[in-house]
Amino acid sequence: MGIFGVFNKAKKDKLDQGLSKTKESVLQKLARVVVGKSRVDDDVLDELEEMLISSDVGVETTLKIIQRIEKRVARDKFVNADELDRILREEISGLLAENQVNEGLDFELPADKKPYVIMVVGVNGVGKTTTIGKLAHKFKTAGKSVMLGAADTFRAAAIEQLEIWAQRVEVPLVKQKMGSDPASVAYDTLASAHAADSDVVIIDTAGRLHNKVNLMNELSKIKKVMQKVVGDAPHEILLVLDGSTGQNAFEQARQFTKATEVNALAITKLDGTAKGGVVIGVSDQFQIPVKYIGIGEGIDDLEPFSRTAFVDSLFGK
Amino acid sequence: MFENLSEKLERSFKLLKGQGQITEINVAETLKEVRRALLDADVNFKTAKTFTETVKEKALGQNVLTAVKPEQMMVKIVHDELTQLMGGASVDINTKGNPAVILIAGLQGSGKTTFSGKLASLVKNKRSKNPLLVAGDVYRPAAINQLQVLGEQIGVPVFTQEGSKDPVKIAKDAVKEARQKGYDLVIVDTAGRLAVDEEMMQEITAVKKAIDPDEILFVVDSMTGQDAVNTAKEFNDRLDFDGVVLTKLDGDTRGGAALSIRSVVNKPIKFVGTGEKMDALDVFHPSRMADRILGMGDIVSLVERAQEQFDADEARKLQSKIAKNQFSFNDFLSQIQQIKKMGSLKDLAGMIPGMGKAIKNMDFDDDAFKEVEAIIFSMTPEERENPAVLNGSRRKRIAAGSGTSIQEVNRLIKQFEDTRKVMKMMGQGKNLSKLMANMSMGGRR
Repeated sequence: MGIFGVFNKAKKDKLDQGLSKTKESVLQKLARVVVGKSRVDDDVLDELEEMLISSDVGVETTLKIIQRIEKRVARDKFVNADELDRILREEISGLLAENQVNEGLDFELPADKKPYVIMVVGVNGVGKTTTIGKLAHKFKTAGKSVMLGAADTFRAAAIEQLEIWAQRVEVPLVKQKMGSDPASVAYDTLASAHAADSDVVIIDTAGRLHNKVNLMNELSKIKKVMQKVVGDAPHEILLVLDGSTGQNAFEQARQFTKATEVNALAITKLDGTAKGGVVIGVSDQFQIPVKYIGIGEGIDDLEPFSRTAFVDSLFGK
Repeated sequence: MFENLSEKLERSFKLLKGQGQITEINVAETLKEVRRALLDADVNFKTAKTFTETVKEKALGQNVLTAVKPEQMMVKIVHDELTQLMGGASVDINTKGNPAVILIAGLQGSGKTTFSGKLASLVKNKRSKNPLLVAGDVYRPAAINQLQVLGEQIGVPVFTQEGSKDPVKIAKDAVKEARQKGYDLVIVDTAGRLAVDEEMMQEITAVKKAIDPDEILFVVDSMTGQDAVNTAKEFNDRLDFDGVVLTKLDGDTRGGAALSIRSVVNKPIKFVGTGEKMDALDVFHPSRMADRILGMGDIVSLVERAQEQFDADEARKLQSKIAKNQFSFNDFLSQIQQIKKMGSLKDLAGMIPGMGKAIKNMDFDDDAFKEVEAIIFSMTPEERENPAVLNGSRRKRIAAGSGTSIQEVNRLIKQFEDTRKVMKMMGQGKNLSKLMANMSMGGRR
């Protein structure tokens, strides 16, 4: 049956393909360690620990999941492989579920926020610009008018990169020269969007490592300057995390949240062998919903995040 | 901040304290902590497991021979083992060919293009080479443009083929051109690719075949998690690369991936990227990386970089002032301002061995400096140079002038005096000027 309700067949295959390594090993190992046993013992939990940690879930979150399972097992006494599989899904979904408000989101925008302003932030090389290109395409396909702002004025050819995406998607782009003030670009973009009555504005920003205070302060400044045009902008601050990132994702979430009140996550590069398990812990700890996942370099390779789909794909079914 | 590894080890070693011998039982808890700390640093699950097992064997074995303090011995064993795993001395790249051809490969966003630019800059400026950069990423929008901009910044020509979608031909033609025009080193940048993308992996294999590189470098983001081993292994199976480049090490990642990659593919890490500027490239030092994973700081690298960047005169002046105990509020103020410019004092201090724990619970609020500055600004020039004159009535005036309280002024003066004492103590070691130099390294922009 359709594992991936929101995904079309090709997409599902793609994500499954990427996640298949995890899927196989989880099923195999679960079957191997549980076989012939009527209950979950330490061996099973050890294997479980390995699976979760190898998926970048991280020690703390893994222990949390295992403790919850231990508790349930102690209560229910007998647990077989199938039940364990179900419990595992429930527990992980639970960690993601507690803050999922946008599940099944369909690129609709709140009517009272026009233009709806999205500011995209993240460390270097996570795929911010590519995500913006794909996001713009989604919004456009959903019938929205989109305007992009090239506020990564630092990295060589970042503006050109976004420009090519803008041409591809056929949406307007506001830009200045390389090296110009990103806040001023953001201001111009919002002013243009206001004049053009655009539905949604997406602002690209330069990649920055979260431990560089000056660069983090710059983000706060961009935000403040935007508010001069649209009082409550940005409505969405989207932190892009690379799906292959390890435990450092926690620090990224912590520091970017501190500087800009991140309220949405996008996880990229999930078409590779990386499992993106760190998302579970990040989402749980910071109570930030994952909104999008990136599963390729093509214009269509962005999907709304669905926790059931994510967990299903992670553990196979 | 991460609770760092050395801190964790320290805590777990306490469990051993007071016990005369390392036994299976008392070592178990310690090893569990070691393992967890490694996992938190993104060391691969299996690597961490093997590592702790080796450490355990050594610990149990050695104990029969000696009877030193168990926790000291464990620290040494863990550190030695880690350093050994990271490899011996640093390994250089092979630039003997004429032209020497270097192929760059890696995942999307790992930093290949930036590294290509840095490497070209390095060989040009420090090794008197005449390099040619090759724009072989024909897929990502503006990737070619990006390399061209970097080439222009560092004054290195970039070979491109307008409109071409054939990286194999581009690479081949570039090497040919290098030969004709007398470039002695060719750096071929390629598109980012996933190890599971069969078509793309075949493409880079074909590039390798076509140009027969002297050196293939695999570029990997130091923040990569457990997947680092899979990717490194796939790329290595395909390309049999010669070395690894670890990028974005100026972040706060512990870089456990470095350890995993090293232990899985057994290829040396040759360079580390430490910033977005074209000179932010360091040669890899295994022992320093081991220290970093252990959270023991990377002071040597810092010192080296500082040597290049800091005004030597100013440093010498400052050092002699400190030696004579003349370090004044003006110096204090200028240090604060430099620190503010640089970013986070806490991060910097954390790179100094032994400081990690001491500052862990100190709050380095950015605004905290504001008050300090206000107080110092309210002092007369004489008071700043010679804090000894700060009597009660002067302190009262300063408190009023800075909008703070006497208590706050007193606290600052006390802090200042403590700092002075510490500095004097440290000044007896000879690296102080370098240490201070580190404190004044600027941010990237």
